[in-house]
Amino acid sequence: MIFLHPVAAVGRSFLALLAIIGRVTLYLGATLSHLVRPPFYWREFLSALMTIGYFSLPVVGLTMVFTGGALALQIYSGGARFNAEAVVPQIVAIGIVRELGPVLTGLMVAGRVSAAIAAEIGTMKVTEQIDALVTLSTHPLKYLTVPRVLAATIVVPVLAAVGDTIGILGGYLVGTTRLGFNAATYLQNTADFLEAADIVSGLVKASVFGFIVALMGCYHGMNSGRGAQGVGRATTNAVVSASVLILASNYLLTELFF
Amino acid sequence: MIELHDVHKAFGSNQVLRGMTLTIPKGSSMVIIGGSGTGKSVALKCILGLIRPDAGTILLDGQNVAQADRDPFLARFGMLFQGGALFDSLTVWQNVAFRLLRGALKRPKEEARAIAIEKLRRVGLTPETADLYPAELSGGMQKRVGLARAIAADPEIIFFDEPTTGLDPIMAGVINELIREIVTEMGATAMTITHDMSSVRAIADNVAMLHAGKIRWTGPVADMDASGDPYLTQFITGSAEGPIEAVR
Ligand SMILES: Nc1ncnc2c1ncn2[C@@H]1O[C@H](COP(=O)(O)OP(=O)(O)OP(=O)(O)O)[C@@H](O)[C@H]1O
Ligand SMILES: [Mg+2]
Repeated sequence: MIFLHPVAAVGRSFLALLAIIGRVTLYLGATLSHLVRPPFYWREFLSALMTIGYFSLPVVGLTMVFTGGALALQIYSGGARFNAEAVVPQIVAIGIVRELGPVLTGLMVAGRVSAAIAAEIGTMKVTEQIDALVTLSTHPLKYLTVPRVLAATIVVPVLAAVGDTIGILGGYLVGTTRLGFNAATYLQNTADFLEAADIVSGLVKASVFGFIVALMGCYHGMNSGRGAQGVGRATTNAVVSASVLILASNYLLTELFF
Repeated sequence: MIELHDVHKAFGSNQVLRGMTLTIPKGSSMVIIGGSGTGKSVALKCILGLIRPDAGTILLDGQNVAQADRDPFLARFGMLFQGGALFDSLTVWQNVAFRLLRGALKRPKEEARAIAIEKLRRVGLTPETADLYPAELSGGMQKRVGLARAIAADPEIIFFDEPTTGLDPIMAGVINELIREIVTEMGATAMTITHDMSSVRAIADNVAMLHAGKIRWTGPVADMDASGDPYLTQFITGSAEGPIEAVR
């Protein structure tokens, strides 16, 4: 049927997409309205800070150190084509701080955290724990979504800042050991070149990515289908939608800061 | 008093409730029986507003529950879910005391813990279980923790979805007695779903049988055996012969 009516199929997918955008927007609105109304669950918030932030440090650190190193090599070989090898510290710094740091941190956290959130909340949904929360006079949005979304929005920029530093360090290690840069000059060049606006724009991006990651995890978890299969699908959807939204919003934010 | 009037609920093409009408008097114990999959759990969830009925009205003390202010409405209820529905990230006592640790009924941690341990004792669990996680308990123990959580804040209306399923006969007897006690001593209104006919006799003031989305028969437990209703009689005797088909 779908093959016979391509126009209808496109129309249907488009309507389905609009419906999803509508539902996510409503969910977002409800989350924000609960954010500003008491009570606020501090314990949930602090534990979300730990799981989203602290426990993502290793994965973000590893990603960034290798990326920084690879970036230094690429820029060196690219720069060599017009005798500009010396720009390695500057370009590594700007590439990491403005773009790769926040985006890769966002994507790694999307893989790690939005999957975990969707699986946890989805399991709570299928085992009636969400219903139980409601009967115990606790609003699931307030208890589950708000703390996670707020924690991710605050902590992912911190992660990205750490990731930026480690990424620059990766470039520095490769630059000084493999490419023959002088250690002090490398650091001096990096520090002189970076502007506050570079760092701030990167961290603002990371904050938006954190928000997206937690929101997608919670949304797909809350809307999980029944059974283990439903939870599995919710997890996949959370990671995919968070990743796509991160990349799309990254472009929009970059235009904005351009 | 809880009144359901002509309540309908379908999931897709699956017509579950097709005009359920039932009254549960205040301070009484109503037991709902009926075949597996007839919509007993769905009916309880409709009253609590966890599932929105497609049609019909549900009144609590004469007020439509769909228009009730949610927080004070839910504060009057306790619910034991069929699957326990314990929060697996919290310990047993934190589950039981969930309501007492946050929100309007919040009280000091030590006091909440003491109440939780007392409620655990009432469902036959030792204080040592208090610090375990739900995953470390047996199925029957989880059920009893769910029961303790349902009664923790002394609600005036309590729903028990299969409270004795998965328990040994002695423990089932303890739970039956507990439910009876909660109704007679504390004056609570209880609505219990069970498949266990000895529980029905131990717990019920009134019995209602749900069949094909409607209340097939309802009346005092004493009249149950002489009802003359072939469906109810088949259900009580557990016979394969009768108007209720064995394959559903
Ligand atoms: N959330 C839901 N979505 C779709 N269908 C549902 C949902 N909840 C219940 N149902 C369907 O409604 C019907 C009644 O379910 P319910 O859980 O109320 O049965 P029950 O009478 O409690 O049975 P049991 O005694 O086995 O617990 C079943 O066919 C079930 O598949
Ligand atoms: Mg049931």
